[in-house]
This record gives sequence, C-alpha cells and structure tokens, in this order.
Amino acid sequence: MPPLSLHVPEPKFRPGDAVDFADVPIPPAGAARRPDTADAARDFTDLAYTMVRVLDEHDQAVGAWNPRLSPDTLRRMLRHMATVRAFDERMFRAQRQGKTSFYMKSLGEEAVAVAAAHALDAEDMCFPSYRQQGLLIARGCPMVDMMNQIYSNTGDKLQGKQLPIMYSEKRFGFFSISGNLTTQYPQAVGWAMASASKGDTRIAATWCGEGSTAEGDFHSALTFATVYRAPVIFNVVNNQWAISSFSGFAGAEATTFAARAVGYGIAGLRVDGNDALAVYAATAWAAERARTNAGPTLIEHFTYRTEGHSTSDDPTQYRSAGEPTAWPLGDPIRRLKDHLVAIGEWDEARQADMDREVAEEVKAAQKEAEKNGVLGHGLRQPLDSLFDGVFEEMPWHLREQRQMMIDEETASGRPWDRK
Amino acid sequence: MSVTIEQAVDDTTTRMNMIQAINSAMDVTMARDPAIVVMGEDVGYFGGVFRATAGLQKKYGKTRVFDTPITECGIIGVAVGMGAYGLRPVPEIQFADYIYPALDQLVSEAARLRYRSGGEFTAPLTVRSPFGGGIFGGQTHSQSPEGIFTHVSGVKTVIPSTPYDAKGLLIAAIEDNDPVIFFEPKRIYNGPFNGHWDRPAENWSKHPGGEVPTGYYKIPLGKANVVRAGEAVTMLAYGTMVHVCAQVVADTGVDAEIVDLRTLVPLDIETIEASVKKTGRCMIVHEATRTSGFGAELAALVQERCFYHLEAPVERVTGFDTPYPHSLEWAYFPGPVRIGQALKKILKD
Repeated sequence: MPPLSLHVPEPKFRPGDAVDFADVPIPPAGAARRPDTADAARDFTDLAYTMVRVLDEHDQAVGAWNPRLSPDTLRRMLRHMATVRAFDERMFRAQRQGKTSFYMKSLGEEAVAVAAAHALDAEDMCFPSYRQQGLLIARGCPMVDMMNQIYSNTGDKLQGKQLPIMYSEKRFGFFSISGNLTTQYPQAVGWAMASASKGDTRIAATWCGEGSTAEGDFHSALTFATVYRAPVIFNVVNNQWAISSFSGFAGAEATTFAARAVGYGIAGLRVDGNDALAVYAATAWAAERARTNAGPTLIEHFTYRTEGHSTSDDPTQYRSAGEPTAWPLGDPIRRLKDHLVAIGEWDEARQADMDREVAEEVKAAQKEAEKNGVLGHGLRQPLDSLFDGVFEEMPWHLREQRQMMIDEETASGRPWDRK
Repeated sequence: MSVTIEQAVDDTTTRMNMIQAINSAMDVTMARDPAIVVMGEDVGYFGGVFRATAGLQKKYGKTRVFDTPITECGIIGVAVGMGAYGLRPVPEIQFADYIYPALDQLVSEAARLRYRSGGEFTAPLTVRSPFGGGIFGGQTHSQSPEGIFTHVSGVKTVIPSTPYDAKGLLIAAIEDNDPVIFFEPKRIYNGPFNGHWDRPAENWSKHPGGEVPTGYYKIPLGKANVVRAGEAVTMLAYGTMVHVCAQVVADTGVDAEIVDLRTLVPLDIETIEASVKKTGRCMIVHEATRTSGFGAELAALVQERCFYHLEAPVERVTGFDTPYPHSLEWAYFPGPVRIGQALKKILKD
C-alpha cells in the first residue's frame, strides 16, 4: 500500500492566475422545486445540493420560487441595496481618511441582507454577523446613527465602547454584534425558543459566514434548534472567503453548507445569494415554516466577497484579482436593476437619478454625523463612561479605578485629551 | 450566625440540606416570576444528578424546566438569547469541571453584553454549577475554577457555605440583572464538612445554617459573613473551607476571626479590611490551585489596604498547582493539618 498522505486544501486561483469559474455548477433559474413548508427535513437533500434561482439569463423571474413581488417592492429593495453600497463606499473612504479606525464592506452581498429584511416581519429578531448592514438600512435605521457608531463620536449610543460596525440596534430588531464568531447562532436559537415558549408569533434569524460554520457554536445551535423545533432561520453567507482562507477550509470541497442541515434534521436550502428574488423567496418560505411550528431552516447563500475582508485586509495577497469580475453569479444590484428594466418598471435614467439621490443621502448623513465628531479628533466620550455598564450598578472596585483614571488624566498635563 | 434576612414573607423555617435549599430557592422564585426558566443536562424529568431541580418540571411544566442536549456552549449561548428576549434563565452546568466549553459564551457574550450594547441588551443569567473536591471526584469532578471567573469583568461569582446562605444568595442571584456564576460546593450538599475525612460524615440537622425559611428571602450579593469573631488572625474563606477553618479554630483554640466571603465579585472589601486591621494577620484558604487563584487577589488587596496593620506576611493555604488527584485526594485537599500549620506560622511572628 502507498503511504498515507495529508490533504491540505488549496484554492484554484492565487495572485496572478487567470480565473475560470466554468466548473462552478450553476443550475438554471427556475429549476429547483419548491416544497411545502411543512415537509420533513429528511426530504431536502436534493435542495441542499442544487441552487434556488429565480432571475434567469434574460432577466426574467421564473419558476416555482418566483415570489411575485410588486414593482414597488422590487424598487424599494433595489434602492436599499444601492444605499448599502453607497454607505459602504463612503465609510471605507472615511477609514482611509483617518476618520475612523476600521470598516467592513459588504460589496456583492447586499442582496443577502436586504432581501431577507424585506421577507421578515419588522418584529422578527435578527442575530447578524458583522456583514449584514443591509438589515439596518432596509429596516430604516438612520444612517446618521450607524455613522455615529463608526465614528465613536458623541452621538454614538454605544459610548465609543465598540469597534466600528459592531452595531446594536434593539429598535430595529438587530442584536448587539460580537467580535467572537458564531456566538450569535445559539443565542438566536435561545431567543426563538423563548418566543415559542411564550406563545409569541415572532421568529429569529441569524447569519454567519461559511468560514464560521466551523465553530463549535454552529453545531450546538443546530442541535438545540432541531431538538426544540425552534422558530429560527440560519443563514450561512458562503462568500467563498474567510479572510485569506477559501471555503475549502470550512469543508466546502466535500459538501455544501446547506447539506449540513440535513444531518441535523433541519430543512436546508441553497440559494443564489446574488439573486435578491431567490433570497427573498427562500427567507419568506423559511419564515412561514418557522411561524407554523414546522421547525428551523438553514439557507446557504452562495455569493462572493468582492472586496477585501476589511479595511485591514489586502486580498491581492492571497487570491487572483480576476475573481470578482469572473464570478458567475454577477452583481446583485445590477441583476435586480436589469430585471426591473426587463419588465418595463425601470430605466437607466431612473437608475442614474436613484444612484445620485442615494449618494446625496449618504453624504448628508455623513455631514450630520461628523458634527458629532470623528475618531481622529480627540476624545468624544465622557471619560468616566468607560466604567458604565460593566454591571447594572457600579461596584466599589470599579468606582476606585474610575477615580484612579480621573486622577491620572488630571496629572497628565493634557487632561481629557487622549486620542 | 449573623445573617440578614431581607423581605422575609413569613417566618416559617424548616430543616434543609443544601440541595433542598437550592431547590427551594428556584421553586420560590419561579412561583413569583414567570420569566424564570431552568435548563441543563438531566435537570428536567429526572430532577438533576444531585436532585437540585427535583419536582420543578412537574410543578412548572416543560417549557420552564427542561432537559438540554449535552453541549455546554449551547446551554449558555441559548440562555443568553433567552435573556435577550426577556426571560431570566437559570442554566445548570452539571459539574464546574465541564464549564470550559461554555467559556466563550460566558466571557465574550454574557459578561460583556450590557457593556458592549450600551445597556440595550443584558444577560440576567444565573449559572448554577456544583464545584469543589473532597468527594473522590478525581480530576474532572473536583475542580474549583472560580478564579477564572473572578478575572472576567462583567460577571459576579457567588459561593455559599450553608443551606441558609445557598437559598438566600441564589434568590438574590436569580433576581440580579447581571450574569452570576453560582458555584455550589458539592462536598457540603448533605452536611458541613470539617476536613476530617476519617470521621463520620455530618448532616445539616444540627448546624444553625441548616435552618432555612420556607418562603422568600434574599441575602444581598457582595456582603460577607463573619461566622466567628476573633482577635488573633483573620481567616478569609468560602464554601467548604469555611467549615474546615471553623473546625481547625475549634481544635486549636486560636481566637481567629473567620470571614465567609460568600460573594467573590463584587467583594465585601469593607468587612475584610476592618477584620484584618483589627487582627493584624490574614490567612486565605481555598481549595483551588494556588498560582493566580483568587487568594492571590485577596492577598494583594489586603497588602495594599492593610499594610501598616500587618504583623505577619499574608498566608495562603490552597490546593496544590496540580490537577486534582483521585487516590491522593487527602494529601491534596487543604485540610486541618495544612491549615493548622499555617496558623502556627502566621501567629509565630
């Protein structure tokens, strides 16, 4: 027998390589069957290995998953996605200008969050990761508030305690973001279990990236969800990359992420994540399944992380620069726009007007937020707020340390001016 | 025993062991607050491997008292989500030795949720877990990991030493809006343990701490209990070691002041400071391993605050810096001999 050999996955294309995604299987739009929301989870194996797609190559909405949304709804979704993109661009630039320390774009993944937000009820609770800013935009969170958080300025209701983009927006059913990956998964299940135990009608939805499915919390969440038939939607945003690691390091060479659901007894759907109509339809389906006590659903959104991981990342160091443009599922905003044009509900002039309006809105919000200060311009928070909120009431040792800090500042010669 | 009864609804008391007192605490609070849910491995139908949740599922139903899959990170993660919804979960980790898979959820999530969300979300959990040795539990049924949690900002750590304290402190913990780690010294579930493993076991029937109000009362978190007033030396202890210290004091006749800390975070520094300034000597006793244990924090605080009153170096009597052994348990356990020798040493100077 030959000696054993260790398989270490390697992405197909590295910097400098020509990109050809021809062997990424992309099933035709409209081909996937649409099961009943009450169907048993064991019957979803085929759907976990194919892809729910609605928009075809002629920009038409086809097949059983076509959610038949009104043109007004489609235009609202388009505008929200365009707003997310404009917001991302503006904040990315703000980081480069030194106005904040950090930012993460969602370029190419706008449909995943925006379409889901449209398919959920406003009262449903979202447990997002750090790349679902589209949920906030689509749910109407003022961009000024989001920017205040990014700038850690006087308007930041998190008091400058959190890294930029780690929003918390209870008003908009958006759970506090943690830097620790996938911890929100079992939390979403717990929220959903609580809702069910109280006879509520609200459901929970949670998001993680494909890389984070490797975390133990992913397993514990799916186990709890199936055991208690929790009304929760698990979203796995498979954007192919976890910082520099391609999806093979989360197990994608061997199977799909939707297929993981089947082993847990959870309905699994694999969806074209750049097809806003497919994302909407799958989310609405999963929401109905959850709301009717038929149990949880896992949706894998097959998409592509067009930009670097964050402002601290340079993707040209580990992947081919040709990947984003060669990605076979295209751009989610362009595809929805082309669909609206194809059905006679939109045109290039209106698109250009909308883009201009959206850019103006973002710019105006930024101007407004910067009145509250930016990170680079000295302290923006009351110094002693550093000790607030560790506990409900401040114990003696924190009161003592707060006084130490105040004394230290006073002695510094430049009190209250630390950057 | 000088303890405070807060808001006692009636003055009926009865004899309870610590398990019964803990069970009663959950029963009393669950009857008052429908948001309280009890969850964990084997806690539902079966009533817990130590019987702490016996009868609760039958009384309050399966949606309020339920068995969970064997996944500690899931138990705590789900409890955090339930707390965010508005429930008040009381998850059980079957042994403190098995709390480590849940550390990420406790340290990164529960402890920081209020802080990181500007108070929008909180984690009003009480994590109950049997802890400590003296039961031939070996490496993974004997540990005392309190020092791991006292190091985490945002969680409170509570350890009772009697049935009376266990009930009053647990009710206070459950009603507290911050996450609380509630370690139950399983060696004293059935009776106080004085460290003399070779003598017959005692039960709670004769100990004053075994007389427990049947109704609702709270012992405030952050308040220590001076279980024996004395002048010669201050002994700081919690859990099982309170009883071991008391026995050593009775055996040696040393006029020691024994302070049962009850809550490690937030610590009752005033009681500690007053005692050490009075006695001039301080000995810290815990089962947990020595290096970076909670005793190190206590020693540092006493040194900082009572330096000019100290007549001898602060003494620490602890478990050794080894994993908890099985057959060599009584060589490892900080028992009467080790504490007695330390007492002699600290009183010699």
